[in-house]
Amino acid sequence: MTGLRDAGATELDVAARVVELVHQLAGPAAEAEAIVVRHDLALTRFANSFIHQNVAGSQVTVRLRVHVDGRTATGGGSLVDPDGLRALVGRTLAAARLCPPDPAWPGLTPPSAVHSNGLLDEATAYAEPADRADRVRAFVDAVGGLEAAGYCRTSYRSGAFANSAGQSAQGRTTEAAMDGIARTGGADGVARLCAGRLDEVDGTLLGVRAAAKARAAADPVELPPGRYEVVLEPAAVADLLQNLAWSGFNGKRYVERQSFARPGTAQFDPAVTLVDDPTGTLPFDLEGTPRRALTLVEAGTTRAVAHDRRSAAAAGTTSTGHGTPDGSTFGPVPSNLRLLGAPEGGPTGGAVDPATDGDPTGGPVPGAVVDADTAALVAPMTRGLLVSDFWYTRVLDPLSLVITGLTRNGVWLVEDGVPVRAVRNFRFTESYPRALGPGTVLGLGRRPVRQPDRTDGDWWEGPPLRLASWNFTGGASG
Amino acid sequence: MTEFDAAAAAVQAALDAGARYADARVMHLRYESMSARNGDIEELTQDESLGLGVRALVGSGWGFHAVPELSDAAAREAGRRAAQVAAASARVPGPPITLTPAEPVVASWASDCAVDPLGVALSDKGDLLVRATEAARGQGADLAQGLYQVWDTRKWFVSSEGHRIDQHIRECGGGISATSIGEHETQRRSWPSYRGQYGTTGWELVESLDLTGHAAQIADESRALLTAPQCPAGETDLILGDEQLALQIHESVGHAIELDRILGWEAAFAGTSWLDLAQLGSLRYGSELMNVTIDPTIPGALGSFGFDDEGSPAVRRDAVREGRWVGVLAGRDSAAVAGLDHGGSVRADGWARLPMVRMTNVGLEPGPHTLDEIIAATDDGVLMDVNRSWSIDDRRLNFQFGCEIAWEVRNGRRGRMLRNPTYTGIGPLFWRSMDMLSSEIVPWGTPNCGKGQPGQIGHTGHPAAPARFRGVRVGVRA
Repeated sequence: MTGLRDAGATELDVAARVVELVHQLAGPAAEAEAIVVRHDLALTRFANSFIHQNVAGSQVTVRLRVHVDGRTATGGGSLVDPDGLRALVGRTLAAARLCPPDPAWPGLTPPSAVHSNGLLDEATAYAEPADRADRVRAFVDAVGGLEAAGYCRTSYRSGAFANSAGQSAQGRTTEAAMDGIARTGGADGVARLCAGRLDEVDGTLLGVRAAAKARAAADPVELPPGRYEVVLEPAAVADLLQNLAWSGFNGKRYVERQSFARPGTAQFDPAVTLVDDPTGTLPFDLEGTPRRALTLVEAGTTRAVAHDRRSAAAAGTTSTGHGTPDGSTFGPVPSNLRLLGAPEGGPTGGAVDPATDGDPTGGPVPGAVVDADTAALVAPMTRGLLVSDFWYTRVLDPLSLVITGLTRNGVWLVEDGVPVRAVRNFRFTESYPRALGPGTVLGLGRRPVRQPDRTDGDWWEGPPLRLASWNFTGGASG
Repeated sequence: MTEFDAAAAAVQAALDAGARYADARVMHLRYESMSARNGDIEELTQDESLGLGVRALVGSGWGFHAVPELSDAAAREAGRRAAQVAAASARVPGPPITLTPAEPVVASWASDCAVDPLGVALSDKGDLLVRATEAARGQGADLAQGLYQVWDTRKWFVSSEGHRIDQHIRECGGGISATSIGEHETQRRSWPSYRGQYGTTGWELVESLDLTGHAAQIADESRALLTAPQCPAGETDLILGDEQLALQIHESVGHAIELDRILGWEAAFAGTSWLDLAQLGSLRYGSELMNVTIDPTIPGALGSFGFDDEGSPAVRRDAVREGRWVGVLAGRDSAAVAGLDHGGSVRADGWARLPMVRMTNVGLEPGPHTLDEIIAATDDGVLMDVNRSWSIDDRRLNFQFGCEIAWEVRNGRRGRMLRNPTYTGIGPLFWRSMDMLSSEIVPWGTPNCGKGQPGQIGHTGHPAAPARFRGVRVGVRA
């Protein structure tokens, strides 16, 4: 029972060996694809202002898909020694022979060039526990005596792909992220950032922001539910993007007629342009298809949905490089989605540091607004809500993409361009495409802020966003 | 080198590197799933993974490290690295950590399993899904889907206190769904629930579900729902079926009584709890009909085991007795912080993840009524069943659930079918309004409980029966 290191093999060596084994055992007509990924993940977690969970580890995953005599099966494993690989190939071939025919088999990815997406940072790949702990220390120190909780994460992936059609590819990538809250008297403020390099993650800056927001969120009042104009901060915008990606721009859902997406139709406000950008991720998907930037919405008009080879074949198009391990069940999903910021001449410029610039709105709730982008969107509001974050959003109906969820980590009532008081959390029930539909976007920040996903390697990036209406259906009291 | 040898080497290496306590788990995980759509097999996946995770306590800092191999060198390196990670935690130190006392256990345990799920021919399992989805499709469903999943887990646990435990846990389950797609919305019906029923048992569970026998009914209901009247909005008496009540328990009781949440250890992500330890033993959680147990000893239920992942034996305990909150889900460290004398609810979803507080089987004891009696006693209400969406706030208070189907209840009789049923409320107010509870308990299994950073998927069980709640807000929509 040995790992890659002991086997003296690269990921590409192992992937090629698996494909070769399939041909040895099932003959040259068997179609096979293999992907091998080494994943080093470390996460330092803190709560009550101390590190309470601190983990690191390495995993190697081999995934094999075979198509033999019209039948398909998938196998996976962590054993990369010769016996382990032979066992994986053997049981996957045996499974394929026992499976019903697969008439929708889309075939293998043909040979095609795969270009590196860059963004490998050795310092992040080999970050030590102390490197993460130091950032936690900085965050905790920066919240100025408030309670702090969150994590600092580093990850490294090295992956390779090979198939029996002659396609092969390899790549490496790193990511770092920090997500923290500051807490005071039941009020929380949040700051998150995802980057390709750990040295871009500034625990002090994030801690200062979270603390400013937490202090501004203290002593909230309860407002009646109803429709309010809103400014959504990047954390809340990330939730919009994730739900649009999972249920809307998902090629399987689209083929099944369970997606709102209608390519060629102006379904969004002209201010909305959405691009799935794989820069910084492995440059190929699970099927070996090269990953490239994909424009899903251009100036309000839906242009595309994400496809793997199976959903693409069903839709009569080509894969966009979004094959994922659970793609057959959950569908191909864009997982590096960016809402482009307003162009030059738009509403606002760069960010400010609340530690030095204070509250850009100068209102009676200092710290509610911590960057100039958001300040520019809040300033023209007559009456509305500033919302930091959404939580526990779930789909009520996939076709209309009606979603319920709650606000979290700070809500403020804005009157005449000024945050006048903190507000208790709301529950909302809203159709996301309708909320972003033509004529609904009243303002868009210039600077997208990358928010980490729960899964490293995925991220959601958008600037703050001002919307004409959001349907709050319940208050904190029910 | 045996699995026990590898775990012992890792523990010893952690102690040699300065740990004052260490434990290690070797886990061999086998997973199989198959999904079908409209009479065709969509995907067959078989995964196998083997590795070791070691946890070390240095001073008052925890560290964890995992490796995908079991060589002596790899195990020792994992132990050393776990201690190094733990030492880094001291850069942001917390209060002293103690563990509740535990007798060292040397034991072996296996779950009951009449028919080994991995021993059933793939062709038989595939035929079942094909037949069931063909039947639903033939009855008019636009989309008929079927799924089964099997987990076969062997684990070997060693601690520096002398524990030496091996377990073999087999879990499986499955289900089908039928979706009808209208112009503006979709309607789904599932049997026995979406993605199915699961247990710590053998294939006999799946056979008992009679998936094919229920396919026509759910297809008919999904089509009928497209034209059924909307669930009315307002306050009414709400009768929940046992499947929906199981998820209600999971979200608004199970998570709320997790001690790590109560202590703030999950504040930045999963959230905290509305429960205050000072009120343990005195707080009124629900009506006197509400008796909830934490019971990992229930044969066949999905949250059952012989020992948790700290080596604590499975023991049945009360969580709520006659409506009063009396117990929590805890680990040895969190229990010590809270001044309690037992853990017993700590698990990891694999060798690469840190064990943490998780639900076991958290469910209701039987009530004195039947569903028919509850309906007969209701003059004006709504009966809802089978979960479609779920959302709850980060303190586990404010929830909103959607169900697949509902019926009017008028003058003691079940009436018209209603579509898009939702209900919302505040946990303790809701549970205090429960005035009728059936004796018809079903131990529902939830195989997809997400928690932790990095994320883990837990398997939990929830005995539940139909019940009535008074004055509940229903019919929330966008």
